[in-house]
Amino acid sequence: MKLLRNVLDKFAPLFEEGGKLEKLFPLWEATDTFLYSSGSVTKSPSHVRDALDLKRMMVTVVMALTPCVLMALYNTGLQANLALDPAAVGDLTGWRYAILDLLGVGYSPTNVLACLIHGALYFLPVYAVTLAAGGAWEVLFALVRKHEINEGFLVTSLLFPLILPPTIPLWQVAVGSSFGIVIGKEVFGGVGMNILNPALTARAFLYFGYPGEISGDKIWTAIDPAHALDGFSGATALAFAKDEGVAAFSQGGFFSLNLTDGHLSWLESFLGFEPGSMGETSALACLLGAAFLIVTRVASWRTMAGIGVGATLMATVFNLVGSDTNAALSLPIWWHFVLGGFAFGAVFMATDPVSSAFTDKGKWIYGFLIGLMIVLIRCLNPAFPESVMLVILFMNVFAPLIDHFIVQGNIKRRAARNAA
Amino acid sequence: MAEHYLNLAIKSICVENMALAFFLGMCSFMACSKKVETAIGLGFAVIFVLAMTVPINNLMYNYLLREGAMTWISPSMAEVDLSFLSFLSFIGTIAAATQLVEMALDKFMPKLYTALGVFLPLIAVNCAILGAALFMQQRDYTLGESVVFGVGSGIGWLLAIVALAAIREKMRYSNIPAGLRGLGMAFILTGLMAMGFMVFSGIQL
Repeated sequence: MKLLRNVLDKFAPLFEEGGKLEKLFPLWEATDTFLYSSGSVTKSPSHVRDALDLKRMMVTVVMALTPCVLMALYNTGLQANLALDPAAVGDLTGWRYAILDLLGVGYSPTNVLACLIHGALYFLPVYAVTLAAGGAWEVLFALVRKHEINEGFLVTSLLFPLILPPTIPLWQVAVGSSFGIVIGKEVFGGVGMNILNPALTARAFLYFGYPGEISGDKIWTAIDPAHALDGFSGATALAFAKDEGVAAFSQGGFFSLNLTDGHLSWLESFLGFEPGSMGETSALACLLGAAFLIVTRVASWRTMAGIGVGATLMATVFNLVGSDTNAALSLPIWWHFVLGGFAFGAVFMATDPVSSAFTDKGKWIYGFLIGLMIVLIRCLNPAFPESVMLVILFMNVFAPLIDHFIVQGNIKRRAARNAA
Repeated sequence: MAEHYLNLAIKSICVENMALAFFLGMCSFMACSKKVETAIGLGFAVIFVLAMTVPINNLMYNYLLREGAMTWISPSMAEVDLSFLSFLSFIGTIAAATQLVEMALDKFMPKLYTALGVFLPLIAVNCAILGAALFMQQRDYTLGESVVFGVGSGIGWLLAIVALAAIREKMRYSNIPAGLRGLGMAFILTGLMAMGFMVFSGIQL
């Protein structure tokens, strides 16, 4: 390790002011602080000593995302292997299947390794393209505007592939990632200065820009329908539940591991064995991440609790009202929670400390309104099968306003107290 | 009936937001959104003017301007069609209502009056307001509908400008590239906000 430090120190003068490669300083600085913590200290007051710096915070989020990433790898492969018609194995062509054949792991849905590898062949290319496209912009802006490259980019670039469907064309990943990083973040000045969550901005941009690929109904499982078993539905479980009601899961359309009774049950949906965007299917993985984020106090429990309260309230009201024509109204809250991107959005997207409300009271209000609107839009807006992403974006827009009123209220209260 | 009005209110506030779905009233939307307090003041002035002018214009259109509207005066006027005057008379009503607001603000809230400056009289040519009157004409709203539509459009515009103002106050801490500071960033933000507002598109109650 000492050797590495020495090498870095040896080349430092090249990049520092007056050095030959002065212009590339952000790149050198990023490598240095990525490997070691920064040696520079504040030269003027005020000093705040805290172990939790931006680097540790961002790495904590990346660690909290680990269960979701593992589930993304496993479940993407599992869904593809479940839907694959065993008779069609011989007809499969393409580089992914070539690698799978080369490794000889087969296509059995009960083989965990086979599922993991199959899923990785979908997830990793998307992740690599996100890193390459977004990273290029990040470095370009850092070099030109002379600001630091930091770990915030790692979080955004890990969140983004997790909210994409496995079959998304890679060029769209590049376009979306570029839009999210440049318009969602860099034009505001980089990490910590943006208004909207960059990963969600990128996803919403793709959603409205290329609806054919993202909101089509045959794309959520990573398998060509021509090679799929009969009775296979490529829709997400949420879209299916909204149209047919939860009871219809027992009539098929989804393949399950026979954990309970042969059709998609609540437990399987909770564990995440259903088609959907890669990282969002498992509520359990999200809960593990949530526990880690709350214990380390990186994400706000107030926002998450607010979302829970708001969604429960709205779902209960809808269940009581009921409807003959709209099956979505009778969806109970525990199904709302496990279907679609609810858990992932509540844990990782809404709690983004930059784009959510800053004040404690504001976080409650912000979360409550998100929860309320998620259920409201899911049930009443037939145009979108899922609402979590857009609702969080919408509330990102209003978060500064919520803070403004809370702060004004505090100022008024204090003024009244001092006047008395 | 109540459900119909509620539907119209939600449509005019969220789904067809004047500022973020039609991009109407952009000049004052950009210019008066630097501070939340000013934005709230202008927003309420717009609500007031809309709530007054859309119903008044509705009455004027239905009883004076459209073809056969003046039959109530005398049956011989059934052929008269004055709808070519609708732009002119709508703007006239709007200018009169704006004048009222201006005098009231000058008298009772002089601070806000100074803060709004030229943009207060310019409400008269705020496209959101003439837009609402023309939508009313095009969609053939009844008097009740035009009241709901006027107030709803105003509330939607207020929400949009106040949210933008709060964001711009927060953005003072951002490090925006020099070329984009001010209006450039406000335009990008408006686009991003409109994307957030798309969550409502397609709602049918």
